Amino acid sequence: MIHPSQSDDQNHHSRLLALLAVVTACLFILSLFVGSNPIPVLAAMMDAAGDTQSIIALILTEVRLPRALIALVAGATLGVCGATMQGVLRNPLASPGLVGSASGAALGASLTLYSGIATSFWLALPAGGMVGSLLATLLVYTLAGRAAGTATLILAGVAVNSIALALISLLINLAPSPYAVREIVLWMLGSIANHSMADFWIMLPGTLLGWALLTGTGHSLDALTLGEETAHTLGVNLDRLRWRVFIAVALAVGSAVSITGAIGFIGLVTPHLLRPLVGFQPGRLLLASALGGAILLLCADIGVRLFPAGTEIKVGVLTSLVGAPFFLFLIVRSRRWQT
Amino acid sequence: MNLVEASGISLSLGGQPILHGISLQLQAGEMLGLIGPNGAGKSSLLKIIAGIVKPAAGSLLIDGCPLNRLKDQARARSIAYLAQSGTAHWPISVARIVALGRLPYLGSWRSASLEDRRIIEQALQRTGLLALAERPFPTLSGGEKARVLLARALAVEPKILLADEPVAALDLSHQLEVMDLLRQHCNDGGTALVVLHDLRLAAHYCDRLLLLYQGRTLDSGIPESVISDNNLQRAYGIRIRRKGGSLMDAFALTWSKTGDQAGSCGSD
Repeated sequence: MIHPSQSDDQNHHSRLLALLAVVTACLFILSLFVGSNPIPVLAAMMDAAGDTQSIIALILTEVRLPRALIALVAGATLGVCGATMQGVLRNPLASPGLVGSASGAALGASLTLYSGIATSFWLALPAGGMVGSLLATLLVYTLAGRAAGTATLILAGVAVNSIALALISLLINLAPSPYAVREIVLWMLGSIANHSMADFWIMLPGTLLGWALLTGTGHSLDALTLGEETAHTLGVNLDRLRWRVFIAVALAVGSAVSITGAIGFIGLVTPHLLRPLVGFQPGRLLLASALGGAILLLCADIGVRLFPAGTEIKVGVLTSLVGAPFFLFLIVRSRRWQT
Repeated sequence: MNLVEASGISLSLGGQPILHGISLQLQAGEMLGLIGPNGAGKSSLLKIIAGIVKPAAGSLLIDGCPLNRLKDQARARSIAYLAQSGTAHWPISVARIVALGRLPYLGSWRSASLEDRRIIEQALQRTGLLALAERPFPTLSGGEKARVLLARALAVEPKILLADEPVAALDLSHQLEVMDLLRQHCNDGGTALVVLHDLRLAAHYCDRLLLLYQGRTLDSGIPESVISDNNLQRAYGIRIRRKGGSLMDAFALTWSKTGDQAGSCGSD
């Protein structure tokens, strides 16, 4: 007789994914409706569809749509990359930026802002972020060595992140103008506001490539639950898996972060929230975390628009303010699994 | 044909010699016990045959094919490895851990078929874990965990089962149960290489024994010939006190399962 719970289990998982997808879609649409100026969104859609160049159509297509799209894709990227990193390193404290991608991107982007290339050439900022992300990831991997243990990789990541942050501080310190300082600091805060569709199109190829590399890694992450040696005897090539995951995370997080700036805690918290709902299976967590990350970032970005403050709070500030205490709560709650 | 044929296996780790020219053969239906004092190189030899560690020298044939020429998936289907004091990194349920044994058959995309589920169910049943199927792994006792990991290895349906001290954490009754399962695997046409410290279990269950000492084969053959005064003295530095009988009487298994103990496994 077949264990009845196993097919129930499959149904339960499909229902969870469907629910997350519906919530994501609702938040995406809601995100189009919320802003500093209330506009009749339906009328704006009609105008935009009918090629009428009205103000409300412009607000929708040039302000709100790119903002919602960037939140969707960046949130999904942070969520799925966080889940993957936690799976491959088997460490619940791993974040997408752990092996250098986020701080490398921040350093690359800061360099373009510092030198002023970013203002003269619009593609320079995202390109600097991407290159920084890939270089930092390669540096971590080279430092740790081919057959590195998980702890060595994490330590190499921490070291490279510290170096990148130190160099960013140096750039701020030496910045030629207050303008450059302001640009670097504002970028580091992380924001999805004031982006155009062009920014979205710049970000899309790298993130999609990263997502594509991550698909199909689920079973390998499941096998790693039993440790690296046993996973090897289940047919997992750990070396190849790590390369694939790190390159994917560097591409996806590098592309997303170079447009949005540093947005913390989405990649760290999302997998924790969803893990109990997928029976703690690392493979099943991937798609769920992509949707969960999109949901959290869309929520946060809607949240900052509803703040009554005179200056709009940056979304990266909000995710850290909410994310850090929430993460603490998750750690306290997860103590019951420790034996 | 031999399922495993290793010859001249040598290994050094960090300049330290671990194994020197070990040879062994495993045939279908046969259980080989790997015995020897701590640090003799038993676990290292097991990891080499599992493909986890590459030997410095020697040849290793799995079902007639060199191990390093086997594809990852083919190797994973033929050889199951039961690690010493293995664990699970997330609080996953017992049934899901056992299901991981089917991964070599799934590739990257397929999810478990009805046949896979039947095999998982069977592995749970044979190890007496059906009642615990939904329990999170960290909530189990040491003995239950060991049985879950054995069930995971059995779910691979391997020809070759490599077990590193599979009974170390178990009580007397569960030791017999696990050894019976390994024996059953061999009687069904598989083969098992089992690291054991209990020479009574080794003598009772294994067809042959391989005695390692300081990375070398000290002796191999049927248990009656390997367990000798001379070998025990050289490998372990011990002398057996006899109560009149032969040496093997000292290593006879003097207990057996009655099958009706209170709180039998999987009943709660």
